[in-house]
Amino acid sequence: MTTIANRYDFALIFEVTNGNPNGDPDAGNLPRLDPETNKGLVTDVSLKRKIRNYVDLARHGQDGYHIYVEEGAILNEKHRQAYKALHPDDAKLDKAPKLNPRDDAEAHDLKAFMCANFFDVRTFGAVMSTGINCGQVKGPVQMSFATSVEPIMPLEISITRMAATNEAEKKQKAEGDDSSDRTDNRTMGRKHIVPYGLYVAHGFISAKFAAQTGFSEADLELLFEALATMFEHDRSAARGEMASRKLIVFRHDNPLGNAPAHTLFERVRIGRAIDGEFRAIDDRGIGNAPPARKFSDYRIEIDRDNLPAGIEIIEKL
Amino acid sequence: MTYGIRLKVWGAHACFTRPEMKVERVSYDVMTPSAARGILEAIHWKPAIRWVIDEIHVLEPVRFQSIRRNEVGHKAPAGKIRSAMKRGDLGGLQLRVDEDRQQRAATVLVRPAYMIAAHFELTDKAGPDDTEGKHLDIFNRRAARGQCFHQPCLGTREFAAHFEPVPPDATPPEPEEKSADLGFGAPRDLGFMLWDIDHQAESRPSLFFRATLDNGVVRVPPPGSPEIRR
Repeated sequence: MTTIANRYDFALIFEVTNGNPNGDPDAGNLPRLDPETNKGLVTDVSLKRKIRNYVDLARHGQDGYHIYVEEGAILNEKHRQAYKALHPDDAKLDKAPKLNPRDDAEAHDLKAFMCANFFDVRTFGAVMSTGINCGQVKGPVQMSFATSVEPIMPLEISITRMAATNEAEKKQKAEGDDSSDRTDNRTMGRKHIVPYGLYVAHGFISAKFAAQTGFSEADLELLFEALATMFEHDRSAARGEMASRKLIVFRHDNPLGNAPAHTLFERVRIGRAIDGEFRAIDDRGIGNAPPARKFSDYRIEIDRDNLPAGIEIIEKL
Repeated sequence: MTYGIRLKVWGAHACFTRPEMKVERVSYDVMTPSAARGILEAIHWKPAIRWVIDEIHVLEPVRFQSIRRNEVGHKAPAGKIRSAMKRGDLGGLQLRVDEDRQQRAATVLVRPAYMIAAHFELTDKAGPDDTEGKHLDIFNRRAARGQCFHQPCLGTREFAAHFEPVPPDATPPEPEEKSADLGFGAPRDLGFMLWDIDHQAESRPSLFFRATLDNGVVRVPPPGSPEIRR
């Protein structure tokens, strides 16, 4: 497995329709908002969770693609995958069972083992400790919070359920009012949705860290595949319709990079499509335009002029 | 004496966690010298050099926001990994997130921007071909081209830092609002702040200094100065 030899920066543009992309535990599960701008937020950890889930679905049980930070039940213990021993001539078994946790070689072996077996450790890193800190793995892939292009307007949808949770609640309801049978057991609930939101997340992939964890070209392709299709396997009542719309990857020739990341991200310009024309989001002339409710209300332009030498733009989506 | 470097860094959020409040993370008002050092090391570092932060210029008003996220409560136990290695089997090694979930709020900075003024010193690991000019050139070249070892971050990795060098002959950028909370008019005392962590120390490795924000600038005491306390 050759590790990647290029630095990458990517912009993932995804949409949500009538759903909650990422609830805020502090605000009763309302969609996350930046209180100053009213733009929606999706945290980095939320996106990483979806990548892990996708890789687990796509590569379940394959050697080297296990997921360390699992969600839900660990699937059938019988299906445990025996991995290929890292050291066939395992010298460590001959050693004393008590190993010094401060031993650098030991810590290095532990890291290598975790990176070789677990995709998410190899990609995002992990913190390992034995009480005495045995260091941490910094993964090559770094993601930032996704922010919506325009301010979002979360809606609160009240819903009802035609059943009571328990006997006590049913009794309470029956005593409370003398309305028709239909409302007897009814429970009210709430859903929060974003009618439409287009979000942009930025990510960074360091070739130098990839060399340290063994993040390979195949892993990179799998990561891009996950970014492009992870929402297809994350359907739920809360999410509504989510989809990756664009994945724009900037590939640097040089492992250290050929251009500052922010200048590359500025080349991706997202505006409103008004009468087929590109209009900037902060254009005051579009104040009376109806709110965006579908992807075609936006237009994405990529500035390909005067690209810095050694930068290649790859549109994965 | 090397020539110093000046680097402007900015981003959407930042979290320079106070060590006394790291469960529900609360950020310091301004970037710590150790975070600034980490940013410079992300661009260029070799064991032969040691970055020394001289000044941190604050270019934007200090504003906070709270973000609550689901986090995992514990770390990967190295002992379990070791036994799995010996057994030749991955069973029971996974970390179940929903069994040990903690919801933690982080109080983070919003749209921060700083200018780091720093220089470096050669360490005793420097070989004969480690000249100061060489490392200075490497750093300046990388910073100007936007090259980095890994994308630097503002405290934690989810808050990526964008950076660009401030040329030596350019006037340093200044905050638009010269407000009192940036120490314009009268110096603002930020209290004791982490200076850096002494990884060589046997115990009590954290080093602190009394930070003041004076006309938008935090002056950082040099290593070994009496202002730095353990």
